[in-house]
Amino acid sequence: MSANTVTAGDPVQFYDLDEHAHPEGHSTMLGFWIYLMSDCLIFAILFACFAVLGGNYAAGPAPKDLFDLPLVALNTAMLLFSSITYGFAVLQMQQGKVKGVQLWLAITGLFGLAFLGIELYEFHHLIEIGATPQRSAFLSSFFTLVGTHGLHVTFGIVWLLVLMVQLGKHGLIAANKRRVMCLSMFWHFLDVVWIGVFTIVYLMGVLR
Amino acid sequence: MSADPHAAGHDEIELPHASMRDYVIGFVLSVILTAVPFWLVMERPLPAGATAAIIMAFAAVQIVVHMIFFLHMSPKAEGGWSITSLTFTIIVVVIMLAGSLWVMHHLNTNMMPPHDVSQLP
Repeated sequence: MSANTVTAGDPVQFYDLDEHAHPEGHSTMLGFWIYLMSDCLIFAILFACFAVLGGNYAAGPAPKDLFDLPLVALNTAMLLFSSITYGFAVLQMQQGKVKGVQLWLAITGLFGLAFLGIELYEFHHLIEIGATPQRSAFLSSFFTLVGTHGLHVTFGIVWLLVLMVQLGKHGLIAANKRRVMCLSMFWHFLDVVWIGVFTIVYLMGVLR
Repeated sequence: MSADPHAAGHDEIELPHASMRDYVIGFVLSVILTAVPFWLVMERPLPAGATAAIIMAFAAVQIVVHMIFFLHMSPKAEGGWSITSLTFTIIVVVIMLAGSLWVMHHLNTNMMPPHDVSQLP
């Protein structure tokens, strides 16, 4: 062991001889992607719960009695529109237009709010007619799955607002570009989860 | 910011490049892949079994469309690590979903005593 001891006179040697600098945030995109994958596991567990419990109505209301498909279609359209408007924000960013990014982010936020508003209206209506989460295993798993998605959208909107302020303050610096791309992944990921929700919960629910 | 010492030299990290073409193709495909399942379930031109199979297939295709055109996924993104972590996640999800459904289905069919409402106390 004494051979490895560095004495005051020796030059210090490092074993990582090929030292190369990493630009700040070079691993953020991959790290955020891995976070999304872990979020994907959360949703997968909630989908599994719904798949197992979705048929247990406890003599209560079934999806056929509760779901209003035109309303769900409208909700889906809101989220889909918000996806392409976010895409326009990213395109404006690539052209270096701060105002354009902020404008399209604001439009995306409005579509997101419309989505949340419709979802809250639906939840309110369900609870009002007695289809509460306590009514049956089907409704417990329904509210947990759809509610968790709604909560994600809520936090996405909060992030969107914060990002608009950051863009206003600092403009299109490298860190803000990275944030725009991370939120882009988050937002489109929520749309991917919604595909599963409207297919498995609403369409398959009404079908069975 | 120019004050940032790290930013000098190699100034920016590579961000995935997006194009108008990608977003428009993705959006048009998504609209079709969403509208058809809703129409099939609302109008019922087909028997329930076929409808179910088609809407599940459309959902799977739409997820892939979103991954490619909106999330800019490709086997080369992040030096292959994005697709590696995605593959791992999909394997875990499939095992968990299939396992849960399989186990719970057997539990329901084998363990549930047959219900007879008229015999209830």
